[in-house]
Amino acid sequence: MLVLQAIIEGVLVGGFYALMAAGLTLVFGVMDIVNFAIGALIVLGAYLSYSLTIHFHIDPFVSLIFTTPLMTALGMFIYVFLIKPIKTNKVVMSLLTMFAVATLIEGILDICYNSGFVQIHASYINNSLRIGKLNFPLIYVLSFLLSAFLLSCLYFVTYRTKFGRSLRASMQNPVAARLVGIDTDRVSMITLGIGIGLAAIGGMIFGTTNAFNASSSYDIISRLLVIVILGGFGSVGGALVAAIFMLVIQDVVAVVWSPVWGSTAFYMILMLVLLVRPQGLFGKKGVRAQ
Amino acid sequence: MSTDTTISQRPTPPSYEVPKAIRFGALAVGFLVLVLFPLVFNNPTISTIGVFAMIFLMAVTGWNIFSGYTGYIALGHAVFFGIGQYATAMLASYWQIPPGWETFLLIPVSMFLAGLAAIPIGLIVLRVRKHTFIVLTIALMFIFQLFAYNLRGWTGGSQGLEVSQPPWDGSIFNLPYYYVGLFLAIIAIVTSFMIRRSKFGLSLLAIRDDEDRARSLGINTRNSKLTAFVISAIFLGAAGCMYAMFVGSVYPQFSFDPAFDLELSIMAFAGGLGTILGPSLGALIISGAQQYFLITFGGANVFLIVYGALFILILRLLPGGVVPAISDKWRSHVVRKEQRILDSESEGPAEAGAHK
Repeated sequence: MLVLQAIIEGVLVGGFYALMAAGLTLVFGVMDIVNFAIGALIVLGAYLSYSLTIHFHIDPFVSLIFTTPLMTALGMFIYVFLIKPIKTNKVVMSLLTMFAVATLIEGILDICYNSGFVQIHASYINNSLRIGKLNFPLIYVLSFLLSAFLLSCLYFVTYRTKFGRSLRASMQNPVAARLVGIDTDRVSMITLGIGIGLAAIGGMIFGTTNAFNASSSYDIISRLLVIVILGGFGSVGGALVAAIFMLVIQDVVAVVWSPVWGSTAFYMILMLVLLVRPQGLFGKKGVRAQ
Repeated sequence: MSTDTTISQRPTPPSYEVPKAIRFGALAVGFLVLVLFPLVFNNPTISTIGVFAMIFLMAVTGWNIFSGYTGYIALGHAVFFGIGQYATAMLASYWQIPPGWETFLLIPVSMFLAGLAAIPIGLIVLRVRKHTFIVLTIALMFIFQLFAYNLRGWTGGSQGLEVSQPPWDGSIFNLPYYYVGLFLAIIAIVTSFMIRRSKFGLSLLAIRDDEDRARSLGINTRNSKLTAFVISAIFLGAAGCMYAMFVGSVYPQFSFDPAFDLELSIMAFAGGLGTILGPSLGALIISGAQQYFLITFGGANVFLIVYGALFILILRLLPGGVVPAISDKWRSHVVRKEQRILDSESEGPAEAGAHK
């Protein structure tokens, strides 16, 4: 019973990681950027929602109306002023730039909020949902529903709209996309905006389900990176499967063995998979070899 | 290489490199400054900055041997730094080494252990390239951090471990660490220099430029990469050992610290990635500034902001780093001088213009 509960909880929490990993993969696919700042941006989103709930007594879910556009704008700003000017050695330079952005954000948050742990509060946070003999925290269910909804929105945008078509074109072949008249710069800007806007939502979810401080970003980014590598870089479906898989494994190990080894198991699986498949579960071999 | 006939037929082809005399002079001055530094500034606060600068000097030079030459940016070398630290702390208590000179004997042991650990790690991570490589090295560092937290019996978990410090007088306490550090840093720089000038170094540079082509030319890229990876890990292990001895305590979050790798890459990029002395210059300047900020402002957060902002500025303004910028300036200076000579000979401005 405990194991079943752990599996379902793993799926519920996995939704959040799947959403974030999808954003990461999308940004990577379009721009060849590993958005290393995503961890710090999620924590930034969490702190923004936290401030809104503390000072204006806004419901955390409602606070997203304010934080998401703000973070989207931040994403576009980062693209225009930091990523676009990079001309040489784009892959490494953009990753290091994102690393620097993450450090900058972490330092600022650390000054603004001290380093004590906080958690976003709402009246229903400690409620739980009973299904048969199983007991689930209500907030996990809500955040899973939100993540699933956003993932389907993301799917709709990528596969059913005109923008999605230009986005997929830029992912497949940026040069050819430019030749047929797609403004790849604009697509990149909007994609990074979406990717970072999603971090605002992810931040709210993270902040309601975990106690966090400015350096929590490392915990998030390390897991997200593992998920994205395991799923295969550039594969959205792989990211979804890997996220759910990882979180389920972690929760089951935590229940069966010991909570301390939960996250280590998470990483050990990555190593084992990479020994057999260096390109990840769903990655294509040699696609981006050089 | 496109050789211009006019230039290759000239009696003495001009060298586009900074002349030897200037380079050796600068090296000698730099060496003297480093040797005399703690004797002139014998204030412990300042010589502490010096010791940290030496530790970073050897670490970044080691890092550059792999990442600078092969172009594989490893952001997980804190693994080897941490292995050096934990090896020192654990072995010092296991072998019951009395605090004092004997502790320094742990340096070669840490170097050996870090190099040994680098072999399986390298075999795993070097199978992938580019983004996946960078991200995988970062992930590896978190794995080791988790091990350090979880294997409580050996590592003490989040309590960390202590390395007892020798009972030396405060006024001379830093000196042994400084000179041992300087010695190791010089070994690292000489190794880096010899690799750069060897056939092995050329194969690393070929991998950086185009790995598939290097392979097709018969370079065993896997072995070359792995060798460079192990050599760089050895120096990171030495740096970790020095750090653990000097600071006196070891904690998972500081031994396997993502910021450490950011620092290494900042230093290398600021000085000039892939050059021999560029990273050293970056290490001296930036680690000096870092310690200064830490002492002046106290908190780590201001320093994070300064670091992030500085890094963004460096990447924007000097993407190649200081040392390549200087040699570029020198080269264009030489070319311009040559152009003037050709112009005054009034025969071939057109040919001279064809060069570059």
